[in-house]
Amino acid sequence: MTDYRMDRVLTKNLILSNVTKTFGPMTALDAVGLAVGPGERVALIGHNGAGKSTLMKIILGLISTDAGEVTVRGAAPGSGVARQHVAYLPENVAFHPALTGLETVRTYMRLKGEDPSGAMALLERVDLGAAAKRRIGTYSKGMRQRIGLAQALIGHPRLLVLDEPTSGLDPVSRREFYNMLDVLAAEGASILLSSHALTEVEARTDRIAILSRGRLVADDTLSGLRRRANLPTHLHVRARPGSADAVAAELSGWRYNGTMVELACAPDEKLARLGTIAGLGAQVEDVEVIPPSLEDIYSHFSQIAADGGTP
Amino acid sequence: MTRILATAGAETRIAIRNRWVTIAILTMAVFSLVLAAAGSAPTGALGADALSVTIASLTSLAVYLVPLMALLMSFDAIAGEVERGTLSLVLTYPIRRAEILVGKFIAHLATMTLALAVGYGLAAGVTIAMDAGAVAGLPALFRLLWTSVLLGAAFLCLGYALSAWAGRPGAAAGMAIGLWLVMVVLYDLGLLAAIVADGGGWFTTDAFPWLLIGNPADAFRLFNLGSSEATSAAAGLGGAATSIPLGLALASLLAWPVIAFGLAVLSFRKVSP
Repeated sequence: MTDYRMDRVLTKNLILSNVTKTFGPMTALDAVGLAVGPGERVALIGHNGAGKSTLMKIILGLISTDAGEVTVRGAAPGSGVARQHVAYLPENVAFHPALTGLETVRTYMRLKGEDPSGAMALLERVDLGAAAKRRIGTYSKGMRQRIGLAQALIGHPRLLVLDEPTSGLDPVSRREFYNMLDVLAAEGASILLSSHALTEVEARTDRIAILSRGRLVADDTLSGLRRRANLPTHLHVRARPGSADAVAAELSGWRYNGTMVELACAPDEKLARLGTIAGLGAQVEDVEVIPPSLEDIYSHFSQIAADGGTP
Repeated sequence: MTRILATAGAETRIAIRNRWVTIAILTMAVFSLVLAAAGSAPTGALGADALSVTIASLTSLAVYLVPLMALLMSFDAIAGEVERGTLSLVLTYPIRRAEILVGKFIAHLATMTLALAVGYGLAAGVTIAMDAGAVAGLPALFRLLWTSVLLGAAFLCLGYALSAWAGRPGAAAGMAIGLWLVMVVLYDLGLLAAIVADGGGWFTTDAFPWLLIGNPADAFRLFNLGSSEATSAAAGLGGAATSIPLGLALASLLAWPVIAFGLAVLSFRKVSP
Protein backbone atom coordinates (compact mmCIF):
# COMPACT_ATOMS: atom_id res chain seq x y z
CA MET A 1 0.00 0.00 0.00
CA THR A 2 1.02 3.59 -0.52
CA ASP A 3 3.14 5.07 2.21
CA TYR A 4 1.88 8.52 3.17
CA ARG A 5 4.61 10.47 4.85
CA MET A 6 3.85 12.72 7.79
CA ASP A 7 4.72 15.92 5.95
CA ARG A 8 1.74 15.32 3.72
CA VAL A 9 -0.56 15.51 6.74
CA LEU A 10 -0.58 19.28 6.49
CA THR A 11 -1.22 19.43 2.78
CA LYS A 12 -4.07 16.91 2.67
CA ASN A 13 -7.51 17.32 4.12
CA LEU A 14 -8.01 13.59 4.31
CA ILE A 15 -5.52 10.76 4.65
CA LEU A 16 -6.30 7.10 5.11
CA SER A 17 -3.54 4.54 5.38
CA ASN A 18 -3.94 0.79 5.71
CA VAL A 19 -7.51 1.13 6.97
CA THR A 20 -8.99 -2.25 7.78
CA LYS A 21 -12.46 -2.99 9.11
CA THR A 22 -14.11 -6.34 9.68
CA PHE A 23 -17.68 -7.15 10.64
CA GLY A 24 -17.54 -10.63 12.13
CA PRO A 25 -16.11 -12.94 9.48
CA MET A 26 -16.57 -10.36 6.71
CA THR A 27 -13.76 -8.00 5.78
CA ALA A 28 -15.46 -4.75 4.80
CA LEU A 29 -12.24 -2.82 4.17
CA ASP A 30 -8.83 -4.35 3.56
CA ALA A 31 -5.77 -2.09 3.99
CA VAL A 32 -7.26 0.87 2.17
CA GLY A 33 -5.03 3.89 1.57
CA LEU A 34 -6.35 7.12 0.08
CA ALA A 35 -5.53 10.81 0.31
CA VAL A 36 -7.56 13.79 -0.83
CA GLY A 37 -5.93 17.20 -1.09
CA PRO A 38 -7.51 20.64 -1.10
CA GLY A 39 -9.47 21.35 -4.26
CA GLU A 40 -9.57 17.70 -5.29
CA ARG A 41 -12.80 16.00 -6.31
CA VAL A 42 -12.49 12.26 -5.86
CA ALA A 43 -15.16 9.79 -6.90
CA LEU A 44 -15.46 6.58 -4.96
CA ILE A 45 -17.05 3.87 -7.06
CA GLY A 46 -17.76 0.23 -6.45
CA HIS A 47 -20.54 -2.36 -6.36
CA ASN A 48 -23.15 -2.27 -3.62
CA GLY A 49 -21.45 -3.74 -0.57
CA ALA A 50 -17.96 -2.93 -1.84
CA GLY A 51 -17.30 -0.91 1.33
CA LYS A 52 -18.01 2.66 0.15
CA SER A 53 -20.43 3.57 2.94
CA THR A 54 -18.25 1.86 5.55
CA LEU A 55 -15.27 3.88 4.37
CA MET A 56 -17.28 7.09 4.56
CA LYS A 57 -18.55 6.33 8.05
CA ILE A 58 -14.97 5.70 9.19
CA ILE A 59 -13.87 9.04 7.75
CA LEU A 60 -16.74 10.71 9.62
CA GLY A 61 -15.84 8.97 12.87
CA LEU A 62 -19.21 7.20 13.03
CA ILE A 63 -17.54 3.80 13.21
CA SER A 64 -14.05 2.85 14.33
CA THR A 65 -11.34 1.05 12.37
CA ASP A 66 -9.78 -2.26 13.33
CA ALA A 67 -6.38 -1.21 12.01
CA GLY A 68 -4.81 1.62 10.08
CA GLU A 69 -4.85 5.36 10.45
CA VAL A 70 -7.23 8.11 9.39
CA THR A 71 -6.65 11.84 9.72
CA VAL A 72 -9.03 14.62 8.78
CA ARG A 73 -7.26 17.99 8.66
CA GLY A 74 -4.57 16.39 10.82
CA ALA A 75 -7.08 15.35 13.50
CA ALA A 76 -8.74 12.08 14.41
CA PRO A 77 -12.05 11.41 12.64
CA GLY A 78 -15.02 12.30 14.86
CA SER A 79 -12.92 14.70 16.98
CA GLY A 80 -14.17 18.24 17.53
CA VAL A 81 -11.76 19.68 14.94
CA ALA A 82 -12.67 17.08 12.36
CA ARG A 83 -16.44 17.52 12.86
CA GLN A 84 -16.13 21.28 12.54
CA HIS A 85 -14.51 20.92 9.10
CA VAL A 86 -16.42 17.99 7.65
CA ALA A 87 -19.78 17.97 5.91
CA TYR A 88 -21.72 14.81 5.17
CA LEU A 89 -24.64 13.94 2.99
CA PRO A 90 -25.97 10.46 3.81
CA GLU A 91 -27.57 8.33 1.13
CA ASN A 92 -31.39 8.62 1.03
CA VAL A 93 -31.55 11.02 3.95
CA ALA A 94 -35.09 12.06 4.96
CA PHE A 95 -35.41 15.13 7.11
CA HIS A 96 -38.29 15.43 9.55
CA PRO A 97 -41.43 16.01 7.45
CA ALA A 98 -43.02 18.28 10.06
CA LEU A 99 -40.30 20.95 9.84
CA THR A 100 -39.86 23.45 7.02
CA GLY A 101 -36.70 23.57 4.93
CA LEU A 102 -35.71 26.84 6.56
CA GLU A 103 -36.22 25.51 10.10
CA THR A 104 -34.20 22.40 9.28
CA VAL A 105 -31.25 24.31 7.86
CA ARG A 106 -31.37 26.83 10.73
CA THR A 107 -31.24 23.97 13.25
CA TYR A 108 -28.24 22.39 11.55
CA MET A 109 -26.49 25.78 11.38
CA ARG A 110 -26.92 26.23 15.12
CA LEU A 111 -25.60 22.71 15.68
CA LYS A 112 -22.45 23.72 13.81
CA GLY A 113 -22.15 26.96 15.75
CA GLU A 114 -22.99 29.12 12.72
CA ASP A 115 -25.27 32.15 12.67
CA PRO A 116 -28.66 30.80 11.50
CA SER A 117 -29.50 34.06 9.73
CA GLY A 118 -27.55 32.77 6.73
CA ALA A 119 -29.99 29.86 6.24
CA MET A 120 -32.04 31.59 3.54
CA ALA A 121 -28.94 32.33 1.49
CA LEU A 122 -27.94 28.67 1.64
CA LEU A 123 -31.40 27.59 0.54
CA GLU A 124 -31.32 30.02 -2.36
CA ARG A 125 -27.97 28.56 -3.34
CA VAL A 126 -29.61 25.17 -3.81
CA ASP A 127 -32.62 26.77 -5.51
CA LEU A 128 -35.03 26.20 -2.62
CA GLY A 129 -35.65 29.84 -1.73
CA ALA A 130 -39.28 29.71 -2.83
CA ALA A 131 -40.00 26.51 -0.91
CA ALA A 132 -38.05 27.46 2.22
CA LYS A 133 -41.12 27.99 4.35
CA ARG A 134 -42.96 24.87 3.27
CA ARG A 135 -42.82 21.68 5.30
CA ILE A 136 -40.35 19.08 4.05
CA GLY A 137 -43.22 16.58 4.01
CA THR A 138 -44.52 18.39 0.91
CA TYR A 139 -41.15 18.32 -0.93
CA SER A 140 -40.29 16.14 -3.93
CA LYS A 141 -37.39 13.70 -3.66
CA GLY A 142 -35.09 16.08 -5.52
CA MET A 143 -36.01 18.95 -3.20
CA ARG A 144 -35.33 16.82 -0.15
CA GLN A 145 -31.94 15.91 -1.60
CA ARG A 146 -31.21 19.60 -2.08
CA ILE A 147 -31.99 20.27 1.58
CA GLY A 148 -29.30 17.70 2.27
CA LEU A 149 -26.92 19.60 0.03
CA ALA A 150 -27.74 22.93 1.68
CA GLN A 151 -26.97 21.31 5.01
CA ALA A 152 -23.63 20.07 3.65
CA LEU A 153 -22.64 23.61 2.63
CA ILE A 154 -22.94 25.00 6.19
CA GLY A 155 -19.83 26.62 7.62
CA HIS A 156 -17.46 26.36 4.62
CA PRO A 157 -16.48 22.70 5.12
CA ARG A 158 -12.94 21.68 4.13
CA LEU A 159 -13.97 18.11 3.41
CA LEU A 160 -17.30 17.05 1.93
CA VAL A 161 -18.27 13.40 2.14
CA LEU A 162 -21.23 12.80 -0.14
CA ASP A 163 -22.91 9.40 -0.38
CA GLU A 164 -24.78 9.12 -3.69
CA PRO A 165 -25.44 12.87 -3.74
CA THR A 166 -27.13 13.01 -7.15
CA SER A 167 -29.56 10.13 -6.71
CA GLY A 168 -33.06 11.53 -7.10
CA LEU A 169 -31.90 14.66 -8.91
CA ASP A 170 -33.04 15.45 -12.45
CA PRO A 171 -30.36 16.05 -15.13
CA VAL A 172 -30.50 19.84 -14.79
CA SER A 173 -30.18 19.70 -11.00
CA ARG A 174 -27.32 17.25 -11.35
CA ARG A 175 -25.42 19.67 -13.52
CA GLU A 176 -26.08 22.52 -11.10
CA PHE A 177 -24.94 20.29 -8.28
CA TYR A 178 -21.61 19.53 -9.96
CA ASN A 179 -21.18 23.23 -10.77
CA MET A 180 -21.60 23.89 -7.06
CA LEU A 181 -18.94 21.29 -6.27
CA ASP A 182 -16.60 22.98 -8.76
CA VAL A 183 -16.99 26.26 -6.87
CA LEU A 184 -16.34 24.57 -3.53
CA ALA A 185 -13.28 22.78 -4.92
CA ALA A 186 -11.99 26.03 -6.37
CA GLU A 187 -12.22 27.47 -2.85
CA GLY A 188 -9.99 24.65 -1.63
CA ALA A 189 -12.49 22.12 -0.29
CA SER A 190 -11.80 18.42 -0.72
CA ILE A 191 -14.67 16.38 -2.05
CA LEU A 192 -15.15 12.64 -1.76
CA LEU A 193 -18.34 11.37 -3.36
CA SER A 194 -19.73 8.00 -4.21
CA SER A 195 -21.90 7.42 -7.22
CA HIS A 196 -23.30 4.76 -9.48
CA ALA A 197 -23.74 7.27 -12.31
CA LEU A 198 -20.35 6.67 -13.88
CA THR A 199 -20.81 8.97 -16.86
CA GLU A 200 -21.25 12.06 -14.69
CA VAL A 201 -18.42 11.06 -12.38
CA GLU A 202 -16.21 10.59 -15.44
CA ALA A 203 -16.74 14.17 -16.52
CA ARG A 204 -16.89 16.01 -13.24
CA THR A 205 -14.23 14.62 -10.89
CA ASP A 206 -10.44 14.79 -10.80
CA ARG A 207 -9.71 11.30 -9.60
CA ILE A 208 -11.47 7.99 -9.42
CA ALA A 209 -10.99 5.45 -6.63
CA ILE A 210 -12.43 2.00 -7.23
CA LEU A 211 -13.33 -0.19 -4.29
CA SER A 212 -13.93 -3.86 -4.86
CA ARG A 213 -14.71 -6.26 -2.03
CA GLY A 214 -13.15 -3.92 0.50
CA ARG A 215 -9.93 -3.38 -1.45
CA LEU A 216 -8.93 -0.21 -3.20
CA VAL A 217 -8.10 -1.61 -6.63
CA ALA A 218 -7.50 1.69 -8.41
CA ASP A 219 -6.94 5.33 -7.50
CA ASP A 220 -5.96 7.51 -10.44
CA THR A 221 -7.16 10.09 -12.92
CA LEU A 222 -9.43 8.80 -15.66
CA SER A 223 -6.63 9.01 -18.26
CA GLY A 224 -4.25 7.27 -15.86
CA LEU A 225 -6.78 4.48 -15.34
CA ARG A 226 -7.26 4.18 -19.10
CA ARG A 227 -3.54 3.86 -19.62
CA ARG A 228 -3.15 1.22 -16.94
CA ALA A 229 -6.17 -0.77 -18.04
CA ASN A 230 -4.89 -0.65 -21.66
CA LEU A 231 -8.34 -1.55 -22.93
CA PRO A 232 -8.97 -1.48 -26.69
CA THR A 233 -10.33 1.64 -28.30
CA HIS A 234 -13.26 1.04 -30.64
CA LEU A 235 -13.58 2.64 -34.04
CA HIS A 236 -16.98 2.85 -35.70
CA VAL A 237 -16.65 3.26 -39.41
CA ARG A 238 -19.63 4.10 -41.59
CA ALA A 239 -19.11 2.73 -45.09
CA ARG A 240 -20.77 4.06 -48.23
CA PRO A 241 -23.89 1.92 -48.97
CA GLY A 242 -22.88 -1.30 -50.69
CA SER A 243 -19.24 -1.18 -49.71
CA ALA A 244 -19.55 -2.25 -46.06
CA ASP A 245 -18.30 -5.79 -46.71
CA ALA A 246 -15.31 -4.53 -48.63
CA VAL A 247 -14.44 -2.05 -45.88
CA ALA A 248 -14.83 -4.71 -43.21
CA ALA A 249 -12.50 -7.05 -45.12
CA GLU A 250 -9.97 -4.29 -45.74
CA LEU A 251 -9.81 -3.26 -42.08
CA SER A 252 -10.31 -6.76 -40.63
CA GLY A 253 -13.24 -5.42 -38.67
CA TRP A 254 -16.77 -6.72 -38.36
CA ARG A 255 -19.96 -5.43 -39.88
CA TYR A 256 -22.81 -4.88 -37.45
CA ASN A 257 -25.52 -3.46 -39.71
CA GLY A 258 -25.99 -2.35 -43.31
CA THR A 259 -23.26 0.25 -43.35
CA MET A 260 -21.44 0.17 -40.03
CA VAL A 261 -18.13 -1.57 -39.44
CA GLU A 262 -16.57 -1.84 -36.03
CA LEU A 263 -12.98 -2.51 -35.16
CA ALA A 264 -11.00 -2.55 -31.97
CA CYS A 265 -7.37 -1.60 -31.50
CA ALA A 266 -4.85 -0.99 -28.75
CA PRO A 267 -4.69 2.70 -27.67
CA ASP A 268 -1.25 3.24 -29.27
CA GLU A 269 -2.38 1.77 -32.63
CA LYS A 270 -5.28 4.19 -32.88
CA LEU A 271 -3.61 6.81 -35.09
CA ALA A 272 -2.19 4.20 -37.49
CA ARG A 273 -5.63 2.62 -37.86
CA LEU A 274 -7.23 6.00 -38.50
CA GLY A 275 -4.63 6.54 -41.24
CA THR A 276 -5.61 3.24 -42.87
CA ILE A 277 -9.27 4.21 -42.71
CA ALA A 278 -8.54 7.60 -44.29
CA GLY A 279 -6.69 5.72 -47.04
CA LEU A 280 -9.91 3.96 -48.04
CA GLY A 281 -11.10 7.28 -49.49
CA ALA A 282 -14.61 7.44 -50.89
CA GLN A 283 -15.58 4.01 -49.51
CA VAL A 284 -15.84 5.56 -46.03
CA GLU A 285 -18.39 8.21 -45.09
CA ASP A 286 -17.56 8.78 -41.44
CA VAL A 287 -15.54 7.45 -38.53
CA GLU A 288 -16.08 7.71 -34.82
CA VAL A 289 -13.54 6.96 -32.06
CA ILE A 290 -14.97 5.39 -28.91
CA PRO A 291 -12.44 5.31 -26.06
CA PRO A 292 -13.04 2.75 -23.31
CA SER A 293 -15.73 4.14 -21.02
CA LEU A 294 -15.45 4.34 -17.25
CA GLU A 295 -17.87 1.41 -17.19
CA ASP A 296 -15.38 -0.70 -19.14
CA ILE A 297 -12.48 0.44 -16.97
CA TYR A 298 -14.49 -0.16 -13.83
CA SER A 299 -15.43 -3.70 -14.90
CA HIS A 300 -11.81 -4.34 -15.82
CA PHE A 301 -10.41 -3.37 -12.41
CA SER A 302 -13.15 -5.00 -10.37
CA GLN A 303 -12.82 -8.18 -12.43
CA ILE A 304 -9.08 -8.39 -11.78
CA ALA A 305 -9.72 -7.86 -8.07
CA ALA A 306 -12.48 -10.48 -8.07
CA ASP A 307 -10.06 -12.94 -9.67
CA GLY A 308 -7.67 -12.28 -6.81
CA GLY A 309 -5.06 -10.48 -8.91
CA THR A 310 -3.31 -7.17 -8.31
CA PRO A 311 -4.19 -4.59 -10.93
CA MET B 1 -25.75 25.08 25.08
CA THR B 2 -26.68 26.51 21.67
CA ARG B 3 -26.66 22.98 20.31
CA ILE B 4 -28.94 21.69 23.06
CA LEU B 5 -31.32 24.59 22.55
CA ALA B 6 -31.26 24.08 18.77
CA THR B 7 -32.28 20.45 19.28
CA ALA B 8 -34.92 21.41 21.85
CA GLY B 9 -36.31 24.10 19.52
CA ALA B 10 -36.66 21.69 16.60
CA GLU B 11 -38.24 19.04 18.82
CA THR B 12 -40.72 21.54 20.25
CA ARG B 13 -41.81 22.50 16.74
CA ILE B 14 -42.17 18.83 15.85
CA ALA B 15 -44.24 18.23 19.01
CA ILE B 16 -46.53 21.14 18.12
CA ARG B 17 -46.89 20.14 14.44
CA ASN B 18 -47.44 16.48 15.26
CA ARG B 19 -50.31 17.65 17.49
CA TRP B 20 -48.61 16.14 20.55
CA VAL B 21 -48.98 19.37 22.46
CA THR B 22 -52.67 19.61 21.57
CA ILE B 23 -53.37 15.95 22.31
CA ALA B 24 -51.56 16.04 25.65
CA ILE B 25 -53.29 19.24 26.79
CA LEU B 26 -56.73 18.10 25.66
CA THR B 27 -56.36 14.69 27.29
CA MET B 28 -55.26 16.15 30.60
CA ALA B 29 -57.94 18.86 30.46
CA VAL B 30 -60.82 16.47 29.74
CA PHE B 31 -59.82 13.90 32.36
CA SER B 32 -59.13 16.57 34.99
CA LEU B 33 -62.48 18.27 34.42
CA VAL B 34 -64.37 14.99 34.64
CA LEU B 35 -62.60 14.06 37.86
CA ALA B 36 -63.11 17.53 39.33
CA ALA B 37 -66.84 17.36 38.60
CA ALA B 38 -67.14 13.84 39.99
CA GLY B 39 -64.89 14.52 42.98
CA SER B 40 -66.82 17.52 44.24
CA ALA B 41 -69.89 15.45 45.13
CA PRO B 42 -68.96 13.37 48.24
CA THR B 43 -66.90 15.95 50.14
CA GLY B 44 -69.04 16.27 53.23
CA ALA B 45 -68.91 12.62 54.14
CA LEU B 46 -65.10 12.53 54.04
CA GLY B 47 -64.43 15.67 55.97
CA ALA B 48 -61.74 16.80 53.59
CA ASP B 49 -61.85 19.81 51.28
CA ALA B 50 -63.16 19.22 47.79
CA LEU B 51 -59.82 19.84 46.08
CA SER B 52 -58.04 17.22 48.19
CA VAL B 53 -60.62 14.66 47.10
CA THR B 54 -60.14 15.67 43.47
CA ILE B 55 -56.38 15.39 43.96
CA ALA B 56 -56.75 11.80 45.13
CA SER B 57 -58.61 11.01 41.90
CA LEU B 58 -56.11 12.95 39.80
CA THR B 59 -53.27 11.00 41.40
CA SER B 60 -54.85 7.70 40.40
CA LEU B 61 -55.34 9.04 36.89
CA ALA B 62 -51.81 10.42 36.58
CA VAL B 63 -50.27 7.09 37.61
CA TYR B 64 -51.63 5.61 34.37
CA LEU B 65 -51.76 8.60 32.04
CA VAL B 66 -48.44 10.35 32.69
CA PRO B 67 -46.22 7.31 31.98
CA LEU B 68 -48.30 6.50 28.90
CA MET B 69 -48.03 10.01 27.47
CA ALA B 70 -44.30 10.14 28.24
CA LEU B 71 -43.63 6.82 26.50
CA LEU B 72 -45.73 7.77 23.47
CA MET B 73 -43.77 11.01 23.12
CA SER B 74 -40.34 9.42 23.49
CA PHE B 75 -40.44 6.05 21.74
CA ASP B 76 -39.66 7.56 18.33
CA ALA B 77 -36.88 9.87 19.56
CA ILE B 78 -33.91 7.78 18.45
CA ALA B 79 -35.42 4.97 16.40
CA GLY B 80 -37.15 7.57 14.19
CA GLU B 81 -33.87 9.36 13.51
CA VAL B 82 -32.22 6.05 12.67
CA GLU B 83 -35.00 5.22 10.22
CA ARG B 84 -34.92 8.61 8.51
CA GLY B 85 -31.14 8.49 8.24
CA THR B 86 -30.75 11.77 10.10
CA LEU B 87 -29.01 10.23 13.11
CA SER B 88 -25.77 9.52 11.23
CA LEU B 89 -25.94 13.07 9.89
CA VAL B 90 -26.50 14.71 13.27
CA LEU B 91 -23.68 12.68 14.76
CA THR B 92 -21.23 14.19 12.26
CA TYR B 93 -22.04 17.62 13.72
CA PRO B 94 -20.15 18.87 16.76
CA ILE B 95 -22.79 17.66 19.24
CA ARG B 96 -22.48 14.88 21.81
CA ARG B 97 -25.02 12.10 22.09
CA ALA B 98 -25.97 13.13 25.64
CA GLU B 99 -26.61 16.67 24.37
CA ILE B 100 -28.99 15.36 21.72
CA LEU B 101 -30.92 13.54 24.45
CA VAL B 102 -30.99 16.59 26.72
CA GLY B 103 -32.36 18.70 23.86
CA LYS B 104 -35.17 16.26 23.13
CA PHE B 105 -35.84 15.85 26.85
CA ILE B 106 -36.26 19.59 27.40
CA ALA B 107 -38.82 19.84 24.58
CA HIS B 108 -40.79 16.76 25.63
CA LEU B 109 -40.77 17.61 29.32
CA ALA B 110 -41.91 21.17 28.59
CA THR B 111 -44.83 19.77 26.58
CA MET B 112 -45.78 17.43 29.42
CA THR B 113 -45.46 20.12 32.07
CA LEU B 114 -47.67 22.44 30.06
CA ALA B 115 -50.33 19.74 29.61
CA LEU B 116 -50.24 18.81 33.30
CA ALA B 117 -50.41 22.44 34.44
CA VAL B 118 -53.40 23.13 32.19
CA GLY B 119 -55.20 19.96 33.28
CA TYR B 120 -54.60 20.36 37.01
CA GLY B 121 -55.22 24.10 36.80
CA LEU B 122 -58.61 23.51 35.22
CA ALA B 123 -59.48 20.94 37.89
CA ALA B 124 -58.51 23.41 40.63
CA GLY B 125 -60.45 26.22 38.99
CA VAL B 126 -63.63 24.18 38.70
CA THR B 127 -63.36 22.82 42.25
CA ILE B 128 -62.63 26.17 43.87
CA ALA B 129 -65.46 27.79 41.92
CA MET B 130 -67.86 25.28 43.47
CA ASP B 131 -66.40 25.35 47.00
CA ALA B 132 -64.24 28.28 48.12
CA GLY B 133 -62.87 26.17 51.00
CA ALA B 134 -61.07 24.03 48.43
CA VAL B 135 -58.26 26.61 48.35
CA ALA B 136 -56.81 24.66 51.29
CA GLY B 137 -55.94 21.87 48.85
CA LEU B 138 -53.74 24.04 46.59
CA PRO B 139 -50.38 23.04 48.16
CA ALA B 140 -51.29 19.40 47.57
CA LEU B 141 -52.17 20.20 43.97
CA PHE B 142 -48.81 21.86 43.47
CA ARG B 143 -47.14 18.77 44.96
CA LEU B 144 -49.10 16.62 42.53
CA LEU B 145 -47.90 18.78 39.64
CA TRP B 146 -44.19 18.61 40.31
CA THR B 147 -44.24 14.94 41.21
CA SER B 148 -46.17 14.27 37.97
CA VAL B 149 -43.40 16.10 36.10
CA LEU B 150 -40.82 13.89 37.82
CA LEU B 151 -42.81 10.78 36.93
CA GLY B 152 -43.06 11.98 33.33
CA ALA B 153 -39.32 12.68 33.24
CA ALA B 154 -38.56 9.13 34.39
CA PHE B 155 -40.75 7.57 31.70
CA LEU B 156 -39.52 9.94 28.96
CA CYS B 157 -35.97 8.76 29.65
CA LEU B 158 -37.06 5.13 29.80
CA GLY B 159 -38.69 5.72 26.42
CA TYR B 160 -35.42 7.08 24.98
CA ALA B 161 -33.54 4.06 26.30
CA LEU B 162 -36.08 1.76 24.62
CA SER B 163 -35.99 3.78 21.42
CA ALA B 164 -32.22 3.46 21.17
CA TRP B 165 -32.31 -0.18 22.08
CA ALA B 166 -35.11 -1.13 19.66
CA GLY B 167 -33.56 0.63 16.68
CA ARG B 168 -36.81 0.71 14.66
CA PRO B 169 -39.86 2.88 15.47
CA GLY B 170 -42.30 -0.04 15.16
CA ALA B 171 -40.38 -2.21 17.61
CA ALA B 172 -39.87 0.77 19.92
CA ALA B 173 -43.62 1.48 19.98
CA GLY B 174 -44.42 -2.11 20.89
CA MET B 175 -41.80 -2.14 23.60
CA ALA B 176 -43.07 1.16 25.00
CA ILE B 177 -46.59 -0.21 25.39
CA GLY B 178 -45.15 -3.37 26.88
CA LEU B 179 -43.10 -1.39 29.40
CA TRP B 180 -46.16 0.63 30.37
CA LEU B 181 -48.23 -2.51 30.91
CA VAL B 182 -45.53 -4.16 33.00
CA MET B 183 -44.50 -1.19 35.14
CA VAL B 184 -47.87 0.47 35.66
CA VAL B 185 -50.46 -2.32 35.50
CA LEU B 186 -48.95 -5.79 35.87
CA TYR B 187 -46.38 -4.82 38.52
CA ASP B 188 -49.10 -3.90 41.03
CA LEU B 189 -51.15 -6.98 40.18
CA GLY B 190 -48.06 -9.12 40.66
CA LEU B 191 -47.39 -7.58 44.05
CA LEU B 192 -51.00 -8.11 45.10
CA ALA B 193 -50.88 -11.74 44.05
CA ALA B 194 -47.63 -12.21 45.95
CA ILE B 195 -49.10 -10.66 49.10
CA VAL B 196 -52.15 -12.92 48.93
CA ALA B 197 -49.96 -15.99 48.42
CA ASP B 198 -47.58 -14.91 51.18
CA GLY B 199 -50.33 -14.55 53.79
CA GLY B 200 -48.61 -11.90 55.92
CA GLY B 201 -45.14 -13.47 55.97
CA TRP B 202 -41.66 -12.08 55.22
CA PHE B 203 -42.59 -10.85 51.74
CA THR B 204 -45.45 -8.69 52.98
CA THR B 205 -43.54 -7.14 55.87
CA ASP B 206 -40.00 -6.79 54.47
CA ALA B 207 -39.84 -7.06 50.68
CA PHE B 208 -43.14 -5.50 49.65
CA PRO B 209 -42.52 -1.90 50.82
CA TRP B 210 -39.20 -1.76 48.97
CA LEU B 211 -40.68 -3.26 45.83
CA LEU B 212 -43.43 -0.68 45.99
CA ILE B 213 -40.99 2.21 46.40
CA GLY B 214 -38.73 0.81 43.70
CA ASN B 215 -41.35 1.43 41.02
CA PRO B 216 -41.60 5.14 40.14
CA ALA B 217 -45.34 4.93 39.48
CA ASP B 218 -46.00 3.40 42.91
CA ALA B 219 -43.59 5.80 44.59
CA PHE B 220 -45.53 8.65 42.97
CA ARG B 221 -48.83 7.31 44.25
CA LEU B 222 -47.45 6.66 47.74
CA PHE B 223 -45.93 10.09 48.04
CA ASN B 224 -49.01 11.98 46.91
CA LEU B 225 -51.60 9.94 48.77
CA GLY B 226 -49.40 9.64 51.84
CA SER B 227 -48.91 13.39 52.01
CA SER B 228 -52.52 14.18 51.36
CA GLU B 229 -55.24 14.58 53.94
CA ALA B 230 -57.43 12.54 51.70
CA THR B 231 -55.62 9.23 52.14
CA SER B 232 -58.86 7.74 53.25
CA ALA B 233 -60.24 8.53 49.82
CA ALA B 234 -57.55 6.47 48.18
CA ALA B 235 -58.11 2.97 47.04
CA GLY B 236 -55.93 0.07 45.98
CA LEU B 237 -52.28 -0.30 46.86
CA GLY B 238 -52.06 3.28 47.98
CA GLY B 239 -53.72 2.08 51.16
CA ALA B 240 -50.43 0.44 52.08
CA ALA B 241 -48.80 3.83 52.05
CA THR B 242 -49.14 4.50 55.76
CA SER B 243 -46.34 2.11 56.78
CA ILE B 244 -43.74 3.51 54.36
CA PRO B 245 -41.70 6.67 55.03
CA LEU B 246 -42.64 9.36 52.51
CA GLY B 247 -39.03 10.50 52.23
CA LEU B 248 -38.10 7.20 50.62
CA ALA B 249 -40.91 7.50 48.09
CA LEU B 250 -39.72 11.01 47.24
CA ALA B 251 -36.12 9.81 46.95
CA SER B 252 -37.28 7.14 44.51
CA LEU B 253 -39.18 9.72 42.45
CA LEU B 254 -36.10 11.96 42.32
CA ALA B 255 -33.70 9.12 41.55
CA TRP B 256 -35.68 7.55 38.72
CA PRO B 257 -35.28 10.34 36.13
CA VAL B 258 -31.52 10.36 36.81
CA ILE B 259 -31.20 6.58 36.56
CA ALA B 260 -33.40 6.44 33.46
CA PHE B 261 -31.41 9.22 31.78
CA GLY B 262 -28.23 7.29 32.50
CA LEU B 263 -29.81 4.19 30.94
CA ALA B 264 -30.85 6.22 27.90
CA VAL B 265 -27.32 7.59 27.40
CA LEU B 266 -25.80 4.11 27.75
CA SER B 267 -28.33 2.65 25.36
CA PHE B 268 -27.83 5.51 22.86
CA ARG B 269 -24.03 5.08 22.95
CA LYS B 270 -24.48 1.51 21.70
CA VAL B 271 -26.38 2.66 18.61
CA SER B 272 -24.16 2.39 15.54
CA PRO B 273 -25.48 4.77 12.90
